[in-house]
Amino acid sequence: MVVVGAGGHGLATAYYLAKNHGISNVALIEKGWLGGGNVGRNTTIIRSNYLLPGNEAFYEQSLKLWEGLEQDFNYNAMVSQRGVLNLYHSDAQRDAYARRGNAMRLHGADAELLDRNAVKAMAPFLNFDDARFPIQGGLLQRRGGTARHDAVAWGFARGASDRGVDIIENCEVVGLAIEDGRVVGLKTTRGDIKAKKVGLAVAGATSQLGAMAGLRLPIESHVLQAFVSEGLKPLVPGVITFGAGHFYVSQSDKGGLVFGGDIDGYNSYARRGNLPVVEDVCESGMALMPMIGRVRLLRSWGGLMDMSMDGSPIIDRTPVENLFLNCGWCYGGFKATPASGWCFAHLIATGQSHPNAAAYRLDRFASGAVIDEKGAGAQPNLH
Amino acid sequence: MRIPCPFCGVRDLTEFTYLGDASLAQRPDPASPDAAARFHEYVHLRDNPAGLHDELWYHGGGCRSWLTVTRNTRTHVIEGAKLTRTSKSWTATS
Repeated sequence: MVVVGAGGHGLATAYYLAKNHGISNVALIEKGWLGGGNVGRNTTIIRSNYLLPGNEAFYEQSLKLWEGLEQDFNYNAMVSQRGVLNLYHSDAQRDAYARRGNAMRLHGADAELLDRNAVKAMAPFLNFDDARFPIQGGLLQRRGGTARHDAVAWGFARGASDRGVDIIENCEVVGLAIEDGRVVGLKTTRGDIKAKKVGLAVAGATSQLGAMAGLRLPIESHVLQAFVSEGLKPLVPGVITFGAGHFYVSQSDKGGLVFGGDIDGYNSYARRGNLPVVEDVCESGMALMPMIGRVRLLRSWGGLMDMSMDGSPIIDRTPVENLFLNCGWCYGGFKATPASGWCFAHLIATGQSHPNAAAYRLDRFASGAVIDEKGAGAQPNLH
Repeated sequence: MRIPCPFCGVRDLTEFTYLGDASLAQRPDPASPDAAARFHEYVHLRDNPAGLHDELWYHGGGCRSWLTVTRNTRTHVIEGAKLTRTSKSWTATS
């Protein structure tokens, strides 16, 4: 069988196909190079602080896999459970976070609702007495944190390769061979490949590959930017998110502040964004941490997000038999990498959805069973 | 990005709000027999092309018109922009 896309999710899928299901006759094909897409350019956060049924069990499975990942694939992925803290700035937001925390705990995840003093003890540098958005407290997931994104790709790649998976780089899919409603192979820039089953894990290129199979999908490709400051002494204890604007920050082991915010908000395949979002993210950063005003921005970059219509992913069969789809990760795909690979491998190998990913159906948009964490509706640039 | 508004001239991106594919301006007929399927397609499914893309932008920081902008999603180069609504009653001089 063939898995398209040697990013985090494709690599994890190939790894678990071989490891969990004993299927090593797998070609993992990639148009660029291994781990050169979003797994190599994200902000490395791992967490399972979701609210809705359908999401929380999946992301908690992913966090549990992260906790044992390095021992499992015998590679240092620098998984660091330094905590993820979501700040709240109003009574209503506190109540919403209390509800979210309860939902997490009901699914076996950890969550603590901190008051203002507890947050102050963790991160005294935050702007607690801002006139518009005073910090009242935060929802803390101590088991959340960060991981070394490139090492995750390398670890899965080595583990998959050792088990017999062929990883073929610089091999772009240019067509799918479909006979009688069933996929039988692929046409690539390096020749044709016959395959009994094909799995797509191609993030921003999902619509193009879907179109090769005659599918029109509930996906828009958008650009998301991220940022790193110059290196500083240890400052930010974990991952901190602003509750009054879209801004999140952590500190890498090299000392740089790693931060980001909203997607740019328009369809894009350019892998670079525009300055208004840079300004918006930096304004939010200043609102939360005025002390960073004199810190220099070292670099910024962009990547392609496969934004779905409800902000949640798709791991499912397609109307084309033996063609499987893994997409719609929006800008939260990194934390999902292990469970996405686990559940996608389960689907490809057995033909049945994994229980933790059973809600990620392609037909949920037609049936109405959408999973809209943000409640923003079918407007991808608002998720 | 700067968008050439037919009324206001070339204006900065920050004056505009994005909606999405220009097909969103053509709402299906709710009375048609296959309305449910057509509304599902209208609300949820997108061509999402890599290349030229007709898309809707609202000029809230200017003339408050909906514009149909043709933009290359690979390069962000904007080929042109026109008024989305061109019905006769609107284009009259009143």
